Amino acid sequence: MEKIKAQEHLVIIGNGIAGVTLAQRIRQRSDCRITMVSAESKLHFSRTALMYVYMGHMRFQDIVPYADWYWEEQKIELLHDYVERVEISEKKLVLREGAPLHYDKLVLATGSSAAFYNWPGQTLKGVQGLVSLQDLELMEANTAGIQKAVIIGGGLIGVEMAEMLRSRGIAVTMLIRDKLYWHNVLPAEEAQLVTDHIQHHGIELLLQEELQEILADASGRVRAILTRSGKELACQFVGVTTGVQPNVAFLKGAGIDMDRGILVNEFFETSQSDVYALSDCAQFRSPAPGQPMMEQLWYTARLHAEALASTLLGDRQPYQRGPWFNSAKFFDIEYQTYGTVPPLFTEQHESLYWQNEEATKAIRFLYEKETAKLLGINLLGVRYRHDLCHHWLQQGYTLHEVMQELPAVNFDPEFFQRYEEELLRQYYIRFPSQQPPVKHNTWWELRKRFGLFSDSTSC
Amino acid sequence: MHTAVISDTTATSSTASQNVLKMAGLLLISIGLLGILVAAVGADYLSPVMTGLGGTAVFTVGALLYVWQSRRHRSSAEQNHGLWQQEATSRGASAWVIGFVLTGFYVLLYWFPETLQGLIQAMEPLSQWLRNRPSDQWFLYGTFYTLAVLIMGVYALLKYRNSRYHIIRTISVMFFQLGFAFLLPGLLLMLNQPEYYFSYFWPLKYDYLFPGTVDYLIRDGAALGVFMVFWGAVFSFLATPVLTYFYGKRWYCSWVCGCGGLAETAGDPYRHLSDKSRKAWRWEVAIIYPILGFVILTTLFLWVNSWSEGRLLGDLSGGFAQTYGFFIGAMFSGVIGVGFYPLMGNRVWCRFGCPMAAYLGLLQKYFSRFRISTNGGQCISCGNCSTYCEMGIDVRWYAQQGEPIIRASCVGCGICAHVCPRGVLKLENGPREDRYAGSPLIKRDELRILS
Repeated sequence: MEKIKAQEHLVIIGNGIAGVTLAQRIRQRSDCRITMVSAESKLHFSRTALMYVYMGHMRFQDIVPYADWYWEEQKIELLHDYVERVEISEKKLVLREGAPLHYDKLVLATGSSAAFYNWPGQTLKGVQGLVSLQDLELMEANTAGIQKAVIIGGGLIGVEMAEMLRSRGIAVTMLIRDKLYWHNVLPAEEAQLVTDHIQHHGIELLLQEELQEILADASGRVRAILTRSGKELACQFVGVTTGVQPNVAFLKGAGIDMDRGILVNEFFETSQSDVYALSDCAQFRSPAPGQPMMEQLWYTARLHAEALASTLLGDRQPYQRGPWFNSAKFFDIEYQTYGTVPPLFTEQHESLYWQNEEATKAIRFLYEKETAKLLGINLLGVRYRHDLCHHWLQQGYTLHEVMQELPAVNFDPEFFQRYEEELLRQYYIRFPSQQPPVKHNTWWELRKRFGLFSDSTSC
Repeated sequence: MHTAVISDTTATSSTASQNVLKMAGLLLISIGLLGILVAAVGADYLSPVMTGLGGTAVFTVGALLYVWQSRRHRSSAEQNHGLWQQEATSRGASAWVIGFVLTGFYVLLYWFPETLQGLIQAMEPLSQWLRNRPSDQWFLYGTFYTLAVLIMGVYALLKYRNSRYHIIRTISVMFFQLGFAFLLPGLLLMLNQPEYYFSYFWPLKYDYLFPGTVDYLIRDGAALGVFMVFWGAVFSFLATPVLTYFYGKRWYCSWVCGCGGLAETAGDPYRHLSDKSRKAWRWEVAIIYPILGFVILTTLFLWVNSWSEGRLLGDLSGGFAQTYGFFIGAMFSGVIGVGFYPLMGNRVWCRFGCPMAAYLGLLQKYFSRFRISTNGGQCISCGNCSTYCEMGIDVRWYAQQGEPIIRASCVGCGICAHVCPRGVLKLENGPREDRYAGSPLIKRDELRILS
């Protein structure tokens, strides 16, 4: 594939983290014309920060990472408009407001929106998801002066919404399908810890419970919900946080192969030449074994964009994500994960697990029983260094090798208590033949020894 | 089926008792303020000691009660709820009133101290007890300043109670304000020694290395005076570079300094008001470095003048010193620096004016092991770090590119790392080698905000 030419026009639909990262990486090494089209907002904003605007920690302008001057100086054109349809044969976009836009290469980074599962009453006033800026505005209107809210679904957006509503003194009940909060991702101990913490913050959790129906009052607004087990809960707001679905409706009839999302190969190429799709709206035709068909996270959006940028710049590289990582926050408790820690373990799995007495902090090292190879790390209320954890997982470290470098991994602030000793104690009880390291490694030594940094500003 | 229900009744009764105590706190604050007002205007009718000093004491108790009640039930993640929605902390009407009142107080203090006679008299017993000499406007100011740091220090301790870094740092600024900037100078006066602040150094306390001050200290303070001059010189030229090399400018700005102490305690509710724009950064460098140059020149002129016994420069150096004292010492550090807290944030002076900050900043940028590290590719660009940076640094700019934050203005308060919802930032001291190197897990721009 050839590098995008200077006289060519790259159009990106969507200005989320995927679209923006792509535009930035392309601009770094190409003089082509770049236009980003978004119906949501003129300027890129941090989607994950919408909750802080509602809670009054920030204003909308504070969650905008790049000011106007940045886009002007980078010569990235911003178009605040809605794409009605894509005409592949003529390489043009039909816009709602402006004149049609011609493209040479088109990247679809349209993201996703809340998934609704055809519940009776799901279109009532006061029922909504939370993904877009418009959702936030709607939530402001929908929650003004209300007393009770119900959230459907026990995922990350669910707990964010719960925190937002609590900040306004609104009583919150969450309906969670599993036995514990986020137990489809977290192992039992971590899930229990987080579940207790959420309840401690005054959220009522209805576990192993699902939505049956949303009930209306005379004005067509939600007045209550009915659960599967037949309970009626009065509420004036229903937050639907049962996952997201790709924003692809406008592509119907465009001639691009689609399933749930836009089908792409490992180069993010769609069935049409010069048309690419990535991030939340894309679906891998044939994902590598054990890898998901869709990746809908902030971090993966950025990684997709970096990979596609490299392809568009002439260095055709298949997308390889590398070791998984993610992070979140549940009220006061920060969560980080590196590698793969499944919710349920098999007999191949063994782990070192520690949590403090107050059940506000936990550390888990999951490894393969036979080979002691490190599989993943879960952290609650403790921060570890991403670069070092990535290195361990990428290099296929065994638990024994990891323990030698454990003192270097902590990223908590100065003066904080360290818990690595507790883990090492467990470790030496389980592996009595292992010798403690002669010398403690520090982060700075390891960083230098393994080259865990990039020298150039554009690596 | 497992269902957890939090009892509503316990929640309401605890809120009710909370509200009663909060109200009691507000009542005491009001009585205290009235007492202070009576002392200020009605000294002819009622003893200003009773109303003024008593009012101050009642105000303190009320404020502590209110702060305690309103903070202790809030979890750490809730501490910034509503800051941009409440008037007082988002440049609303009450913020302007507080700003005008504070500014007005500084104007009275610096240029019309006789209008504060009632309040000055109110502090008489305290002044006699501590310093064995009559109260004056600076003693009144010192008392109020120290109380502000202590009361709001308790607020900061409660607000940041889940972080040991902030607990220790807050206790440090409270200790240095009370001990080194209030009690010790008073004690020195009681012992008939020169009033000296061991926690302030040239170029912030610019006159400490002026020939006039040095002469006076050595003449008046004898051996102790010589020690004071020695202490000041050692800290300005030796201890400052060494400590900044190891810890960054935070060892002073957010741990010791009184201006920093007030900013980190009483100013904490206003930290998000600092301007993060590129324009503000341009103003910053255009103002603060010339001020440092001005202090250095003034000091040099004064010494040249002193050595040449006035033959070389005549009145010029004295004019320089007076000009600096008026515009920078009084106008900038006091009136604008603190008066504008509710409008422009709590570090206006530290960011745009303080020559010590400029000096420490240059050391921090070019000769220090300090940096704020970014944790790999974990940043979600949310903007909490930039918003709550009191120095107006766009922390997110660096964090979202996986780069360490190395900025001359950073005072190392550590709030960016505290408010980050993903634990992406860490203040640390490490080798200077590869200090600017970023994480390999993220690709980045070559663009700089200021070239």
